[in-house]
Amino acid sequence: MPEKIKLYDDSKCTACRGCQLACKQWNGLKAKQTVNSGSYQNPPGLQPNTYMLIRFQDVADDKGAVKWLFRKEACMHCTEAACVMACPTGALYYNNDFKIVGLNREKCIGCKNCVASCPFEVPKYDHETDKVYKCDMCESRIMNGLEPACVKACPTGALKWGDKADMMKIAAARVKELGESASVYGDKFVGGTHLMYVLQEKPSVYAELKQDPHVPYSVLAWKSWLKPLSLLAAGGVIGGSFLHYIIHGPKTPDEDDNQVNKAEGGK
Amino acid sequence: MICVDPRYTQSAAKAHIYAPLRSGTDIAFLGGMIKYILDNNLYENEYVLNYTNASFLVNPALKLPGDNNGVFSGLEGGKYDKSTWSYQTGGGGVIRKDPTLKDPHCVFQLLKKQYSRYNLDIVSRITGTPKEKLVEVYKEYAKTGVPGKSGNILYAMGWTQHTVGVQNIRAMCIVQLLLGNMGIAGGGVQALRGESNVQGSTDHGLLYHIWPGYLGTPAASMPTLKAYNEKRTPTTKEKNSLNWWKNFPKYSASFLRSMYGMNATLDEAYNLLPKVDDGENYSWLVLFDRMYKNQFTGFFAWGMNPAASGAHSNKVRQALAKLDWMVNVNLFDNETGSFWRGPGMDPAKVKTEVFMLPCAASLEKEGSISNSGRWMQWRYKAVNPPGEAQADAEIISELFYKVKDLYEKEGGPLKEAVTKLTWNYGPKDLSGRVKTIDPNYIAKEINGYFLADKKIENPTKKGEFKEFKKGDLVPSFAWLQDDGSTSSGCWIYCNSYTDAGNMAARRGTKDRSGIGLYSEWAWSWPVNRRIIYNGASVDLKGIPWDKKRPVIIWDGAKWTGDVPDGAGDPGSGRPPFIMKPDGVASIYGPGLADGPFPEHYEPLECPVEKNLLSPQKVNPIIRRFDKPGVGTELDVIASCDPRFPFICSTYRVSEHWQTGVLTRWLPWLVEMQPSMFVEIGSDLAKEKGIKNGEIVTVKSARGEVEAVAIITPRLKPFNIDGNLIHMVGVPWHFGWATTATRKYNKNDKKPEIFTFGDSANLLTPSAGDPNTHIPESKAFMVNVVKKGVK
Repeated sequence: MPEKIKLYDDSKCTACRGCQLACKQWNGLKAKQTVNSGSYQNPPGLQPNTYMLIRFQDVADDKGAVKWLFRKEACMHCTEAACVMACPTGALYYNNDFKIVGLNREKCIGCKNCVASCPFEVPKYDHETDKVYKCDMCESRIMNGLEPACVKACPTGALKWGDKADMMKIAAARVKELGESASVYGDKFVGGTHLMYVLQEKPSVYAELKQDPHVPYSVLAWKSWLKPLSLLAAGGVIGGSFLHYIIHGPKTPDEDDNQVNKAEGGK
Repeated sequence: MICVDPRYTQSAAKAHIYAPLRSGTDIAFLGGMIKYILDNNLYENEYVLNYTNASFLVNPALKLPGDNNGVFSGLEGGKYDKSTWSYQTGGGGVIRKDPTLKDPHCVFQLLKKQYSRYNLDIVSRITGTPKEKLVEVYKEYAKTGVPGKSGNILYAMGWTQHTVGVQNIRAMCIVQLLLGNMGIAGGGVQALRGESNVQGSTDHGLLYHIWPGYLGTPAASMPTLKAYNEKRTPTTKEKNSLNWWKNFPKYSASFLRSMYGMNATLDEAYNLLPKVDDGENYSWLVLFDRMYKNQFTGFFAWGMNPAASGAHSNKVRQALAKLDWMVNVNLFDNETGSFWRGPGMDPAKVKTEVFMLPCAASLEKEGSISNSGRWMQWRYKAVNPPGEAQADAEIISELFYKVKDLYEKEGGPLKEAVTKLTWNYGPKDLSGRVKTIDPNYIAKEINGYFLADKKIENPTKKGEFKEFKKGDLVPSFAWLQDDGSTSSGCWIYCNSYTDAGNMAARRGTKDRSGIGLYSEWAWSWPVNRRIIYNGASVDLKGIPWDKKRPVIIWDGAKWTGDVPDGAGDPGSGRPPFIMKPDGVASIYGPGLADGPFPEHYEPLECPVEKNLLSPQKVNPIIRRFDKPGVGTELDVIASCDPRFPFICSTYRVSEHWQTGVLTRWLPWLVEMQPSMFVEIGSDLAKEKGIKNGEIVTVKSARGEVEAVAIITPRLKPFNIDGNLIHMVGVPWHFGWATTATRKYNKNDKKPEIFTFGDSANLLTPSAGDPNTHIPESKAFMVNVVKKGVK
C-alpha cells in the first residue's frame, strides 16, 4: 500500500474548527470547562482530551498591515518518530500500511518518555488514567478505507488525505501559486512527517512552530544501544526508567502539571 | 475575493482585498462605486438600456437629496408623499422613455446626479476607508461589467440590521444592474440567512405583512376579496411586459381554498381571515413595545428566544413580565422561558404564567427547509424526539383541536375562522381527526389540488386542453384558477409535489447544465428554475452574454438549459424582469418608503455630529421610539454622547448558532467558544489600560454586559473626517441561562460546560429600518470599562 499523508494548507483554512470538533466526536473525547483568555483559540493547547486544535494568531507588521493566521496543530506522525524510539513498551508504533504513528493505550505505562522526547511537544499525559494521548491519524478509520475525521469534516479543502507522492505534488504546486513566502513544512526533517503543511508565510512567523525539529540525541543514543540491551533484560521497564532519568532528570512533584496546558493561547 | 467589513474577520483573512469601513456607512461606500462605474463608463450599456428602467422619464417635480436638504421631495410629517416620484406617461398611460439616456429627467441621468455627490474624498471621510482602498475595490469589482464576466455579493445581517438596511441592499442591486450581473451564471445579490429555513418561513408567510407566496396581507380598507384583488394586482400599460403578478387573483383564491377548502365560499373565506388596520405595523419592535404597554394578554415564543435575540433585550424582558401567560416552545429552557428569574427580576413580582412545551429538533422530524437559493430540500427523521417532545406540527395540531372544540362548545367572535379550517395533515381516525401528522400531506396542500373536475386550456399552448379530476395535484402555478376550482397553500411552491412525487426529495446528482445548476437535486421555486430572471442572461436577439457559461440557450424552437424565466422568443422584445409590472429591473425604485435611490444617512446612534453629505443626519422616516409619546421610558438613544464614545456591532462566531439556545448546550462547541467577549483594537486597549483576557463591562444607553476582552490589531480606529473613531464588537450568542453563577433549582438541567456572560442585545437599540423594521443591531454606541469602574 502506498504511503499516505495528511496535507494541511493554511491558506485555505478559515478556522471554522469543524476538524477540531470532528476529532473529538470520532475519538469520543469529552469536553472540559474552558475560559476565554483573550483569544478564539480554545482549548489553549493540546491536552489529553484534545488531539488537535486550530491555533489563531494575529500578525501585524510595523506598517499596521494585519494578518490572521490559522494553523492546525496535531501529531506530525514522523517517519523517524522520537516517541516510538523512546517508548519502552511498544505502545507507540509505526502503522505498517501507512507509516503513521499509532498508539495502543493498553500497552502505555505512563512513563512519559514520549512526552519528553517528542520534538513537537505533542503527546499529553493524563494523571487520572496514567496514560498518554495523541492523534493516531484516525487509525480505525484509515485502516477501513476512510479518511481521517478531520479531513472528512473540512469544508474548504484545507485538509487532504492521500498518497504521499500525490500530496507532495499538490503541495509543491500550491506553494508556487502562493508565492515566495510560502513553503512546504514537514518534508525536511525527522525523515518526513505524515502531517505536512503548506504554509503561506515563512515558518518563523508561526507561533509555537518548531523551526528545527529533530529526534533528541539522548533518544537516538537510547535507541541505538541502550534499548536493545534493556529489552533483553527486563521487558523495557527498567531501561525505560533509565531513559526517563536521562531525559527528565529526577522526577519532581509538579512536572506533570507543566505538561498540560503549557502552550499559551494565541489570538 | 473582496471582503468589506469593519473588522478584519476570518473571511478577510482569506480575501484578496480587504477594505475596512465604519459600520453603518455602506451606502456611502456603494454610492462611491456607482459614481466610479458611471464616471468611467464601466457599465453594460445594452443591459442597462434594455433590462432596467434607466431610460424611464421621471416626474420633473422630483427633487433629489442634493437639491433638497438631504431628503427626497414629498417629506411631510415623518412620511413621504410619493406623488413626485412618479414616471412621466404619454399616450395611453405608457411610461415615457429616452433611449439615448440623455434626458435630464431620465433615471440614468438622475442616478448620475444623485451619486455625483459621492466623490472619493467625501466617501473616504464618511466611511474611514482609505481612498486608495476604495479605488482598488471599485476598480476590481467594476471589471465584472463586461459580457463574459460576473460578480456576486454575499451579504447577511451586516447589511440588513441598519436604519437604512433595505437601501443598503438596493445600492448593491444598482451596482449589479449597471454591471449586468443579474440573471447570469455567477451573478446575483445573495442574502445569506441567519438560519437554514429563513427563506422557507418568509415564503410561507411568517411575517405580518404577507400571506404565503408574497401576497400582501389584506387591510381593513379592503372589505371584499374583489377589493383586495383590485388593490393588490398590479397593472401595466407597457405593451411587451408580461406583468406576471396580473395572476394575483388566481393565487389569492387558491390560498383561500387551501385554508377553508369547500367549507366556505371564496368571499366567506376572505372575510374569515384577519385584516391589518390600515397604516398599522405589527413588526417585532412594535410588538414588544405594545407588550410593554400592557396591550398583550398572552404570547407564544415558538422556537425563538426574544429575551436574548430581541434588540434592547432589557425592554423585551420587562415586556414579558406584563403578560398574563406565555407559552415557550423550545428544545431547552432559555432566557425567555425563565425570564422571570433572570438577572434583575423578582419572581414574586412577576405575574406571567409560563408554560414550557418541549419540541423536536430538526433531526427528530420529517419536513422541508428552503435555502436562500430557493431550494426546497426534504429531510427525513433520524431519531425520535426525547421524552414528551413533539414535532411542532403535532403541537399545533393538538392546540388546533382543543381551540376548535372550545369554539364549538362556547362560541365566540368569528368562530368559523377556526371551525371551518381544513385540517388534512395526516391519516384520520374514526372521528375524522388527524391521528399523526404526515408532512407529505402538508407538502401536497402547499402544492395544491384541483377541487373539482376541470378542463383547462394549456396556459403555454393555445388550443390545447387538458382535463383534471377532483383531487389531482396541480402540475404548476400556471394552471391555478381564480374561480375556486384549485387550491394552493403557497403558489410559488406549486409544482413541488406532483404526480411524479415529492420533488424536494429528489437526489439526482447529474449536472446537465454544465454550469453547476444540479437541477435534479431537490427542487427550486419557481418551477425548479435555478437562476431567477435568467431571461436577462441573453441579449435582445436571445444570444447569451456569456457564451462560455450560458444559462438558457435558444435551439431554434425553444429554450434549453435552465427553466427560462421571462424570456420570450428571441426578438419578441419582452423585457425579462416579469415580476415587475413594467418588465424591467429597478435602478429607480419608487416603491420603497424612504426614497427611490439609496441616500447615505448616519446610524441613529453614531459618533459624528454631521452627515457630511447633507444637512439631514439620519433616515428621516424611521420610527423614533425615543420620541415623546411613541415608545417607552426605556427607549433611549445616545448619539454623539461622550459617555458612549465607541461604535459597536453585534455578530456571530462559527461555533454558535443564533442566541445559542441549542449550541450553548453542546459541550464541544462551548469548549471552543465558552464566553461572551468584546473585541477591542490594540490602540484603544492601550488607551483604556485594558489587558487581553480581562473581564470588562460594555455599556450602552440601554444596558450593560460583562465580556472577556480580546485585544487585537484586527480592529483599527477609523479616520472619520480627521477624527480617530474606535469600534468594538460583540457576539450575540450568549445568555445568562447557561452560566455557572446563576441559581439552578433541583430540576433545572445544568450544562456540562458553562458559558460566561449575558446577551449582547442588552446593548442594542430599539430603532429599525422604515421598510422592514429590522432593528439597527449593527451600528450603535457603547463604552467599555474595566470591571468595577463606573
